[in-house]
Amino acid sequence: MTAQTEAELGLETETMTVREAIRQALREELERDEDVYVMGEDVGLFGGVLEVTSGLLEEFGEERIRDTPISEAGFMGAATGAAATGTRPVVELMFSDFAGVSMEQIMNQMAKMRYMFGGKADMPVTVRTTEGGGMGAASQHSGTVHSWIAHFPGLKAVVPGTPASAKGLTKAAIRSNDPVFVFENKMIYEQSGEVPTDEEFTVPLGEAAVEREGEDVTVVATQRLVGESLGAAETLEGEVSVEVIDPRSLYPLDVDTIVESVEKTGRLVVADESPLSYGTHAEIVARVQEDAFFSLDAPIQRVGTPDTHIPFSPHLEEEVLPGDDDVRAAIQRIA
Amino acid sequence: MADFDLDSADGRREALRRMVTIRAFDEEAGERFADGEIPGFVHLYIGEEAVGVGTCASLEPDDYIASTHRGHGHCIAKGLDPKYMMAELYGKAEGYCNGKGGSMHIADVDEGMLGANGIVGAGPPLATGAALTIDYRDRDQVAVGFLGDGAVAQGQIHEAINLAATWDLPAIFVVENNRYGEGTPVEKQHNVDNLSDTAQAYDIPGVTVDGMDVTAVAEAVAEARERARAGDGPTLVEAQTYRYRGHYEGDEEPYRDESEIERWKDRDAIESFRDRLIERGELTDDEFADLRSAVESTIDDAVEYAKAADPPEPSAAYEDMFADRPPELDRFAATARPDGGANGGDRR
Repeated sequence: MTAQTEAELGLETETMTVREAIRQALREELERDEDVYVMGEDVGLFGGVLEVTSGLLEEFGEERIRDTPISEAGFMGAATGAAATGTRPVVELMFSDFAGVSMEQIMNQMAKMRYMFGGKADMPVTVRTTEGGGMGAASQHSGTVHSWIAHFPGLKAVVPGTPASAKGLTKAAIRSNDPVFVFENKMIYEQSGEVPTDEEFTVPLGEAAVEREGEDVTVVATQRLVGESLGAAETLEGEVSVEVIDPRSLYPLDVDTIVESVEKTGRLVVADESPLSYGTHAEIVARVQEDAFFSLDAPIQRVGTPDTHIPFSPHLEEEVLPGDDDVRAAIQRIA
Repeated sequence: MADFDLDSADGRREALRRMVTIRAFDEEAGERFADGEIPGFVHLYIGEEAVGVGTCASLEPDDYIASTHRGHGHCIAKGLDPKYMMAELYGKAEGYCNGKGGSMHIADVDEGMLGANGIVGAGPPLATGAALTIDYRDRDQVAVGFLGDGAVAQGQIHEAINLAATWDLPAIFVVENNRYGEGTPVEKQHNVDNLSDTAQAYDIPGVTVDGMDVTAVAEAVAEARERARAGDGPTLVEAQTYRYRGHYEGDEEPYRDESEIERWKDRDAIESFRDRLIERGELTDDEFADLRSAVESTIDDAVEYAKAADPPEPSAAYEDMFADRPPELDRFAATARPDGGANGGDRR
């Protein structure tokens, strides 16, 4: 099935930011299903350090918007046990780097219980977490770790790049009976776009969006790099015709939409903020070469963080973080 | 209370039967493992039967428990069927986990058993989560997190108990202090005399009971359950017990000597409870012999069942991953199968 962008679906929309879109998704799902509740550090009184959950405590009360102690292993484990026994926690993990603090419960419990129990436990837990550099937050608050989760069997991982997909993916994650991580790049919280207002609007896990059509080069871009890639494509207009695809979901991955595009363009750039070695880029490249090797007319290019941590100094941060110029250079190398 | 109640003679006989069943199951599992019939690792509960049975005697059937490496006893105490447990140990399709969990992961969420666990200290956070569901839905249940003395040193235990205490969740944490964390004595792992002392840090009750006395354990857990149900939050129960076997089967146990084991065997939980029932006139030697032979045939039947059961189909290795199966599983599972798959070449 060829994926479409939300605008193409002809739903009524409203302009809002990624932050507002996620908050609206949470609000709608909290209203729709009483088994859904939000928990995490500072999600209630504080409204979330990045203000995504702001106002929800007043609307839904302490039972449903739960401030936890600063104990990632404890609340990630509690969410796992709660999901296995039938409620639907939505956990906010303040910064994705903190997954390290709770990895035991993520890897060995949340991801494995269903399989180890012979399918006898559903695991309807959603973990929302922030990723990415750009705020001068240094390396323990700027990581991009979605490759860990997408790599690990038993977990699903989504990476919204637009306000509409942020809303649709969050809602799909909450409705899923599988553990789904929603990786929110914190530099796009302020980005605005058209978002469907229909309460039944979701973005199914594993469905890519063609954000821009083109003929010469396919750019598969995630999160912040969706906007950066659209910008790069714009500046190359008339020189190179660039197609931009946002996979939106990394596991499961919509290989068909990507392959279809590569079969048309013969050229591929993969742009994702995570470190380049052994990660997201490698997986997308491998799938494309398995399915469309003979369609390729040039070596596939990767744009990402060059295997460094994210430094503090703005000068250094700018040096390592991939942006529209990196995407443009990658396109030009093969166009 | 419960489907067996230590306040009645029938309940007491049932508790004895469950303890005898645990021991017989684990003795058999140890032998079958030594014979090479059971793959993987096996950690036996022999010696600690009073803790699991005493705890479950004070629980309702729909209460939850989250277990440890040493989970067979908890399963039987909770009422799981030795037949499907043994089939799981043998890696058969009819095992509780369809052969995907084995000894360290036997689970049946519908029966309130949230799994034995291969990770030391990982069960109590899950129990806190089950208690969160109970609290959230305002149900009349509790969740018990079992942990060993070794796990008391783990960070996630502290986080789980602190969270349950902070939110007044209906949880009970039962520390099975069997004197050794794997091969290291409890004194070398902790600086406190009683592991229940750690409860002070959470401002919850901490009690230490004789873990060789099924009644003492049951009383402590009953009180904890009452407290949990009243909305007063968790209790930490330390049951002092002893592991007769090594940490795992095949453990050469260089860390202790036989005389210590013999001293604990003098206080054996099953023998002392049996003697008490005989003294009270609730059981005769003949009735106990009957009980024991009935249990033995149950375990023999379980082994026969497990041996005769079918192994899982190879394709089952790719099942049970997700509620909503992603296309990757078909893509990669197909490649792994001898008949090959669709990928590995250009689609044109």
